[in-house]
Amino acid sequence: MAEAGRAKEHEHPDSGTYLRVAAVLVILTVLEVGVFYVPAFHLVLVPTLLLLSACKFALVVLFYMHLKMDSRFFAFVFGAPLLLAAGVLVALLFLFFGALTLRGAPGAG
Amino acid sequence: MTHAAVPQHHTSMGLDSRKMAFWAFIGSECLLFSSLISTYLVYKGRSIVGPYPPEILNIPFTSLSTFDLLMSSLTMVLALAAVQRGDMKAGKAWLFATAFLGLLFLGGQVYEFTSFVREGLTLQTNLFGCTFYVLTGTHGAHVTVGVLWLFTLWVRALQGKLGPANALTVEIAGLYWHFVDVVWIVIFTVVYLIQ
Repeated sequence: MAEAGRAKEHEHPDSGTYLRVAAVLVILTVLEVGVFYVPAFHLVLVPTLLLLSACKFALVVLFYMHLKMDSRFFAFVFGAPLLLAAGVLVALLFLFFGALTLRGAPGAG
Repeated sequence: MTHAAVPQHHTSMGLDSRKMAFWAFIGSECLLFSSLISTYLVYKGRSIVGPYPPEILNIPFTSLSTFDLLMSSLTMVLALAAVQRGDMKAGKAWLFATAFLGLLFLGGQVYEFTSFVREGLTLQTNLFGCTFYVLTGTHGAHVTVGVLWLFTLWVRALQGKLGPANALTVEIAGLYWHFVDVVWIVIFTVVYLIQ
């Protein structure tokens, strides 16, 4: 049983993988800051920034926190509250900004 | 030096219960930070008086802080890899580097907060000040705990009490540290870049 348990533990990536992930993270951060300063991107600033930060989030969680290589159950234990947290955030935004729109604030139909 | 064998507490699923518990804790932390980020977003743009974000936030400086924390995640994972293969010299070095980078980040936060206060932004100034300081202050408190944890591990490594047999303690500290980094990734984007 103990061996089966340990068998479920993952093989960690090598240092080269960690360095490559770090390089990608730095590039994504540079892109984020670049997008912020380049006026041409301002129309799509928010979705672009959210996408870039989501990529960085995924890279750290999957590779540095070893979620990619580890048991799927850990992914569930982390992912379920994460989804709930995201849902709460979206719900709150709709609650407050949706209510503003209904009251005839700018942007109301 | 031999290390005392640490009995592994496996759940019925064959997974280490300490690791399972810590992932559950990280899940709860997701909910904590999402509530703080939600509050920031809800009150965003509703301050009646300044200073306002574009007037006060220093993107180049915060980008350096972000880079610092990203590199600390790298050094953390390299520390874990070193401890797991028994290379304690490298393990100690990487652990110290991670803690040091965390201290640098905290120093940057202290500098940022004090400069903001000098420019007139306090917890009571406006909605931006309140939500900004609570969100980033809570994150900073988490970083502080992480730095203390890492320095404790470094001292244990110096004492010869850390090794491959109890590498899980480093792994769990790593999970906490990477989570703190991941939260900063979100804060940097939502607070600093999306103005």
